[in-house]
Amino acid sequence: MLSSSTSTVAIFTGARKGKGRDDTAQRPLFLRHSSATLLPRCLCNVFSSLFCSKRFILYSIMRPLTEEETKTMFEKLSKYIGANIKLLVDRPDGTYCFRLHHDRVYYISEKILRLATNMSRDKLVSVGTCFGKFTKTQKFRLHITALDFLAPYAKYKVWVKPGAEQSFLYGNHIMKSGLGRITENTPQYQGVVVYSMADVPLGFGVAAKTTQECRKADPMSIVVFHQADIGEYIRSEDTLT
Amino acid sequence: MGRKFDPTNKVKRGPGRKARKQKGAETELAKFLTFVHLLILCSALKRVQVALTPKEEIQPKKGFSDENSEWLTPAKRKRKINQSEGDEDSDSEWEQEEDVVEDLEEGEKEEVEASDDGDEDDDDEMVDDYGAMEDSSEGEEEGADSDGEELLPIERAARKQKKRQKATAQESEEEEDEDSEDEKMIVKEGDEEQEDEDTVQVNLDGVDRFKLPAAAEREKEGLLPVDLQSIHQRIKDNVDVLSHFSEKREEGKERTEYVSLLKADLCTYYSYNAFLMGKLMDLFPHSELVDYLEANEIQRPVTIRTNTLKTRRRDLAQALINRGVNLDPLGKWSKVGLVIFDSSVPIGATPEYLAGHYMLQGASSLLPVMALSPQEGETVLDMSSAPGGKTTYMAQLMRNTGVIVANDASTDRLKSVVGNIHRLGVINTIICNYDGRQFPKVMGGFDRVLLDAPCSGTGVISKDPAVKTSKDETDILRSAHLQKELILAAIDSVNADSHTGGYLVYSTCSVMAEENEWVVDYALKKRNVKLVPTGLDFGKEGFTRFKERRFHPSLKLTRRFYPHSHNMDGFFVAKLKKFSNIIPTAPADSGKMEEKEQPAEADTSVTSEETNTKPANIKTKQQNKIMPQGKATETKQRSKTTSNSETEKPISQSKPEVKSKQIKADGPKKKLVKMDEDDSKEDGKTKKKLQILKVDGETTKKSITEKKEKSLLKKTIKKKRKNLLQKSRMGKNKFMTLKKMLRKQDAGQ
Repeated sequence: MLSSSTSTVAIFTGARKGKGRDDTAQRPLFLRHSSATLLPRCLCNVFSSLFCSKRFILYSIMRPLTEEETKTMFEKLSKYIGANIKLLVDRPDGTYCFRLHHDRVYYISEKILRLATNMSRDKLVSVGTCFGKFTKTQKFRLHITALDFLAPYAKYKVWVKPGAEQSFLYGNHIMKSGLGRITENTPQYQGVVVYSMADVPLGFGVAAKTTQECRKADPMSIVVFHQADIGEYIRSEDTLT
Repeated sequence: MGRKFDPTNKVKRGPGRKARKQKGAETELAKFLTFVHLLILCSALKRVQVALTPKEEIQPKKGFSDENSEWLTPAKRKRKINQSEGDEDSDSEWEQEEDVVEDLEEGEKEEVEASDDGDEDDDDEMVDDYGAMEDSSEGEEEGADSDGEELLPIERAARKQKKRQKATAQESEEEEDEDSEDEKMIVKEGDEEQEDEDTVQVNLDGVDRFKLPAAAEREKEGLLPVDLQSIHQRIKDNVDVLSHFSEKREEGKERTEYVSLLKADLCTYYSYNAFLMGKLMDLFPHSELVDYLEANEIQRPVTIRTNTLKTRRRDLAQALINRGVNLDPLGKWSKVGLVIFDSSVPIGATPEYLAGHYMLQGASSLLPVMALSPQEGETVLDMSSAPGGKTTYMAQLMRNTGVIVANDASTDRLKSVVGNIHRLGVINTIICNYDGRQFPKVMGGFDRVLLDAPCSGTGVISKDPAVKTSKDETDILRSAHLQKELILAAIDSVNADSHTGGYLVYSTCSVMAEENEWVVDYALKKRNVKLVPTGLDFGKEGFTRFKERRFHPSLKLTRRFYPHSHNMDGFFVAKLKKFSNIIPTAPADSGKMEEKEQPAEADTSVTSEETNTKPANIKTKQQNKIMPQGKATETKQRSKTTSNSETEKPISQSKPEVKSKQIKADGPKKKLVKMDEDDSKEDGKTKKKLQILKVDGETTKKSITEKKEKSLLKKTIKKKRKNLLQKSRMGKNKFMTLKKMLRKQDAGQ
């Protein structure tokens, strides 16, 4: 636990603390996420030498994320849930990890991961939950399918009035007239999770204004930019796979 | 109203107003009428009164009595029915009269009415055809009337015209029906050579009895545009006759003729092709068949399943009711189902749906998952999972624990599985795109497997009417073949030694016995599985026999569901338990390889082994006789059957009872077999037994015990084989002589 927590801190700070005995921080990220006892140390060294030095990236199999990829993804996630990311990784009911398959990031528990390795890569369609995908230019795009995991840990929330629910579910931005509530001290361009008044999560967004500005804003001005909404399950079913 | 011709002349209100009015009318009419006219009217009234009383005397005299009587004679009415029409007409005529008369003679309205009645009575018996010569007396009356009132004959003619038009219109309708019936009656009469005399009699018979039309008639019907009403009526009558055949049948007509007519009518009325209708007629009794076909014409009610991972049924029901949806719990048998009666919002697009609180799913699709009842922490396979309703239901029953592998052969349909899984918040699933038949190779050892096999879809005709005409013999057989392969693959993927499971549920949305009971029966023969109760207490039991086929009696534990009796799509559910992981290699009735299970029962096994060794010995002897030594190895191999080389379990050698036509090379066994050959002459049974025991060691005992289990299922078959072999057995001396002969031959060669 300790090693992983330190490693996650290390990711954010970007610093590599080379502790004497504990060289976990120097291992590549994918080894850090899984519990350190899985692989013997010698193997870890081998892997690290292979992957870090040669930057040998395998595209086809279901593989763990590289450092850069993990960094990009976690940055995106932290926009919405902040430092609660470690709660995603270290869960009481087992260790969960991220795997990359056909440019999509899947969040799965270890048990499932072991079984999924039996499948051939072209036959495997999806594992666990898809969080999002990496675009051609290695930017990470968060999908609506990650909503269930982000919603409980969201730091900044926005509630939408019943009348403006449908509009948001069609993919439109939220205007001041549709805004019900908003958490205090929301910075501008902060990632927010959008809820309905019944506390049902509807999607993600980006706050266009700070909370103070929202109070003063014109009713027709946009307060939340639309990023993803649950209407996409019907509108763009194909892009989920 | 409207009788005040002089608006300035205000009539006083109060009692006696009518009298005043009449007075007023009279006084007004008096302006128009002369005294002569009044006289004529009075006389006409008298005559009418006279006419009313002695009607019948006058009736024979019909026709007009004026100068036009030669050519102007009212035609006789054909039917008495027109009397009612006459009455209707009378009202209109009365009004007409009123309109006309009020201009002329309002004081004599009653007379006019009477005359109208009289006219009507007369008219009923008179024909509207002016050319006919009838009833001159009435005509005279009318003529008199006509003399009295110049406009009346014209009015009368107009009246008659209108009556005639109405009458012909109605008559034509009746005539058509009656004519068609008459035709039928006539034809039927002609067929059966009954009396053609009384049409009345025939009508009554037609009401009581249903008569088959002749072949010629049916051909004619085929060419004519179809009259669905009559066909529907004929279907009903036919079913009625067939259900009480001895009482209601016609003389000389066979049951097959009725049945063939019924089949043709059903095909026409419900738009099925003959093949499918034949199949359905084999499945259902006739009255139930009609119910089934009717049920297939209408949609089943929309049902949804609550996603208990995210919400509870009552909360969901409340939320949907608030949106304006009319719903009800599905039934006692389901805790998560809701049936939607009507809705003001689209059910597939509510925010609750998008948030994954429920899934649109047919009621029958809940059944196989309920039968399977996966437990938490298990590894489950769903072999044909698209669009993902059953997979997500399993996940919610497992509370998102364990692992579900959702497989489907179609890549496009898998997208819907992915979508549904993510929407409903299921996190323990692996989705893959294999052909189900590959499955034990990819991954095996599942605790439970659900196989909702692709089928011909004869149970969901209400969703897809194209099935009615597109299904053929080859389609059904192809489906059945695929289902048999899939069920074997599914059985092989189950781990029989699982602590919590070892179950397979096979289900289809079809009502055909070829796809349901036959496939399950095949699986029972081919693998070490047995049927167990599904846990669904409603639904019809599966067939244990169907037409010429006989299935295993445990098929009673399977369940069939029909749209007309359960108001859900046609469905079939069977739950199988695998009790051993060994796959038998031999064809159905041969013994099976088994391992482990219960270590007890060694005593009984010995005797069973003896009996089992007998037939094997016989076989070896026979084979040795027949074949020269060159082929000895083959025979040896045949005599010693082996199991499949299964990756899961170690290869264990079979008992000699196992007759396999498959030849498997096995090095170490050859030595044994040679020993066999040498010894077979001498001891036969016992030696063989010893050899087997030596070779197999532990496994034999286990196999023996398992043999006993198998024997529970296959006792009869084994006995049969044993008997057969014993019959063909040769005596020891004869064998010896033959052997010697063979050796001589070989030596000679």
